[in-house]
Amino acid sequence: MATVAPLAARSGRGGELGLLVLALATSVYAFAQVSLAMTGGLSSDFRRFAIVYPALAIIMHVLLRLRAAYADPVILPITVLLNGTGLAMIYRLALHYEQAEPRFAQIFSRQLVWTAVGVTAAVLVLGLLRDHRTLRRFTYTAMALGLAGLVLPLVPILGHEEGGSRIWIRLGTMSFQPAEVSKILLAVFFAGYLVTRAETLSLAGAKFAGLRLPRPRDLGPILAAWLASVAVLIFEKDLGTSLLFFGLFVAVLYIATNRPSWIVIGLVLFSAGVVVAARVFAHLQTRVATWLDPFTDYYGAGYQLSNGLFGLANGGLGGTGWGEGRPDLTSLAFSDFIVDSLGEELGLTGLFAILTCFVLLVQRGMRAAMGVRDGFGKLLASGLAFAMALQVFVVVGGVTRLIPLTGLTTPFLAAGGSSLVANWMIVALLLRVSDGARRPPPATSEIDLSGVIAAEADGGAA
Amino acid sequence: MNTQIRRVTTLTIVMFLALFGMVTVDQFVNAGALRANPHNARTYYASFNKDRGPLIVAGEAIASSVPVDDDYGYQRTYAEGPVYAPVTGFYSVLLGMTGMEWAADDVLQGTADSLFLTRIQDLVTGAQPQGGAVELTIDEAAQLAAWRGLGDQRGAVVALDTDTGEILAMVSTPSYDPSVLAGHDTAKVQQAYDALLAEAGNPLWNRAIAGNLYAPGSTFKLITAAAALESGEYTADSQLDAPTRLALPDSTAVLGNMGDSMCSGSGSMTMAQALAVSCNTAFASLGLELGDEAIRAQAERFGFAGPLSIPLPVTPSVFPEDVDRPQTAMAAIGQYDDRVTPLQMAMVVSAIAADGVLHTPHLVRTERGANLEVVATTPVETLAVPLSRSSAEQLADMMVQVVDNGSGGRAAIPGVRVGGKTGTAEKGDGQAPDNWFVAFGETEDRSVAVAVVVEDGGKAGMQGTGGAVAGPIAREVMEAVLDR
Repeated sequence: MATVAPLAARSGRGGELGLLVLALATSVYAFAQVSLAMTGGLSSDFRRFAIVYPALAIIMHVLLRLRAAYADPVILPITVLLNGTGLAMIYRLALHYEQAEPRFAQIFSRQLVWTAVGVTAAVLVLGLLRDHRTLRRFTYTAMALGLAGLVLPLVPILGHEEGGSRIWIRLGTMSFQPAEVSKILLAVFFAGYLVTRAETLSLAGAKFAGLRLPRPRDLGPILAAWLASVAVLIFEKDLGTSLLFFGLFVAVLYIATNRPSWIVIGLVLFSAGVVVAARVFAHLQTRVATWLDPFTDYYGAGYQLSNGLFGLANGGLGGTGWGEGRPDLTSLAFSDFIVDSLGEELGLTGLFAILTCFVLLVQRGMRAAMGVRDGFGKLLASGLAFAMALQVFVVVGGVTRLIPLTGLTTPFLAAGGSSLVANWMIVALLLRVSDGARRPPPATSEIDLSGVIAAEADGGAA
Repeated sequence: MNTQIRRVTTLTIVMFLALFGMVTVDQFVNAGALRANPHNARTYYASFNKDRGPLIVAGEAIASSVPVDDDYGYQRTYAEGPVYAPVTGFYSVLLGMTGMEWAADDVLQGTADSLFLTRIQDLVTGAQPQGGAVELTIDEAAQLAAWRGLGDQRGAVVALDTDTGEILAMVSTPSYDPSVLAGHDTAKVQQAYDALLAEAGNPLWNRAIAGNLYAPGSTFKLITAAAALESGEYTADSQLDAPTRLALPDSTAVLGNMGDSMCSGSGSMTMAQALAVSCNTAFASLGLELGDEAIRAQAERFGFAGPLSIPLPVTPSVFPEDVDRPQTAMAAIGQYDDRVTPLQMAMVVSAIAADGVLHTPHLVRTERGANLEVVATTPVETLAVPLSRSSAEQLADMMVQVVDNGSGGRAAIPGVRVGGKTGTAEKGDGQAPDNWFVAFGETEDRSVAVAVVVEDGGKAGMQGTGGAVAGPIAREVMEAVLDR
């Protein structure tokens, strides 16, 4: 289908609007259900949501029409659906906490504000960044800022520990997880750095067990990334963040070099780091013990996970329905364990739908990576998409007892400002890259025309 | 690079497939085991979060569930809680279930076999399953009369319909309010429970059917008399030795009568006369003549030593084993190691009043669906025939003599045939006796048996006697049942 007809390229904005209406209708319907089940009527919070949220979505849509007309039409509706679903559950829990635990009663209002901030951040990224390649110029700035973000929670006074992990900074009454933004910055850095070093790093060294190893002198970057992630593990006691950054780096390294040996080396290094750390740190051993059997230490370390699992079981196939379950029995039902809360009230069916949304989102990001012409864009988009997949895997795997529990937020669903803002920025970047991938070239340029043909031949099948 | 991106995409799909798989395990494959986990509070709350059916007395709910806005969804409340506590028991989040709440749990929850059809209907119509109702045999007026009669004295009252075995009254004092123990604030409930445990008089005991059991005192003479009549060698007019003092065989002990009074100037009297004045020496010597085995066998025909469920479990009453002759003499007049429940003594009277037939005592009249449609009725059943019709008639007449000419005059009700027997169970020097009165009252269409015990002489203390302290309570309960 390598037609060279610019007219054949469709922006997809009409389709996006249709999907957006669907996503908004689902979100508002969910909200109405929560409001009716919990308050017996349509609350003022429902009205607030029903006005603010569609407005935010429409702003994004209009901006895409103006500034990224060829952006992928599925990414925004999925994001709106996920964020709306998360808001509905947080609202549902906030209504419960109003009486039971007033200190959590504000989670919904805050999350709605953070959603607005997140959309604003996405608007700024799309508005200011006309071409994703511009970011390449900031490769080392991004590295510096990204690492600073990782280190920030260790700064006395500024940083503080919560839930056993020191990944927070506090400014006045606001707390923030800088690692969420570091994720984007480091994805930019990895893409910018590896796109230039790809050739060197893919040079073959010795062969071992059928695997072509890299040259020892090229091990520098991966060792540096490994040391950084081990440092996060040791000093911030956060296995999730550590795994996320290292996984992101290894994935981008592999994509850039096409050397599977990097993945093997990465896995070996990370496993070694975790095994050693697990010997030293009791909290990691506890995590593993809880994973293997959450019920033995039910009243201690196993309490939260046990109750999350009870919630999932209570939901069963069809779920209890909005407002009809007891997700509040699980501690932190609105953040780390929001997937279990959703599983309880929406059932296996609902969780499958939510996970499918993430699959589609990741897949759309990967598709943008395959469609875009420049190597930096490919590495950036695939890195961001992979990071999202890995994050969902780690957190959902943790609360469903697939893997040991680690503290990461569920993108778009969990209560928490930093995560929401960072993920909206990631979506903005994916939209920007996909716009670059799908935008038809000016008809006059022959060079670009050949590029389109090449891109379609290469990525069109995806 | 696109090949690698495609491979990484495949990897992410594999990761998501693992998540889909694990969610299926948690929500489907393992869901049953997780729900059954003893730690699972959701399951626990759900078992309380049910529209549990009511316990009904005279068309009114004495225990019912009302919707509340907390973890449990429904709050169990009790009308006239302390009056009915020995019947209802309580339904507590912290302490579990007791009483009829426990015994009829399957009906109240809606899981009983009798409600199977109702459940099918609910399934078809999609109605929210509700618990069934249990209609009790308790007669509201009799229960309240017994409650008022006991007042702040310790004791118990049981009344039976002699023709059906329906338990018309079951009161135990001091009592407690089950509503407090059914509260959802577990700390408060624990505190209230601890206070009840520490309280003098053991308010949590159901003295009517369990508790510490009582010495029956002279009311036991009814059983000795029944054994004599059933032996075929005695009638109500048989002459019994009735010395003022009876030297017990094989011992130096001497038995006297209450207040060392004389039973008869001649030293002998009929069995009917002996019962009327409750002559200890006459019944002790009768007991010696009958022997302990005959008396024990008669007691067991009345229900002693047997298991009984009404459907609350009833502690078996005891006639002592391995007794020598002096002990036999004492046991024959309700002293020594005889131990009874008030329900057991009401059963003895009930059989005497009902021509020798003992109907199975029961508390449940009907089981009903949520719409109050009757799904099961407790049938009238014969538990035993402890004595022949003629023995029963003679003994009943003897009991009427007790009221008309003897120690039970205070139980008389004009226009009603009332028979009774007093009991004053000595507990040792310086201790006030437990006062008994057992009686039946019959009109043309109704017959009721009642047993009353008032501990430690009640208000009368050391001066208390069965006739004076317990007699009037028995009369009021019978009047309430017979509508007089």
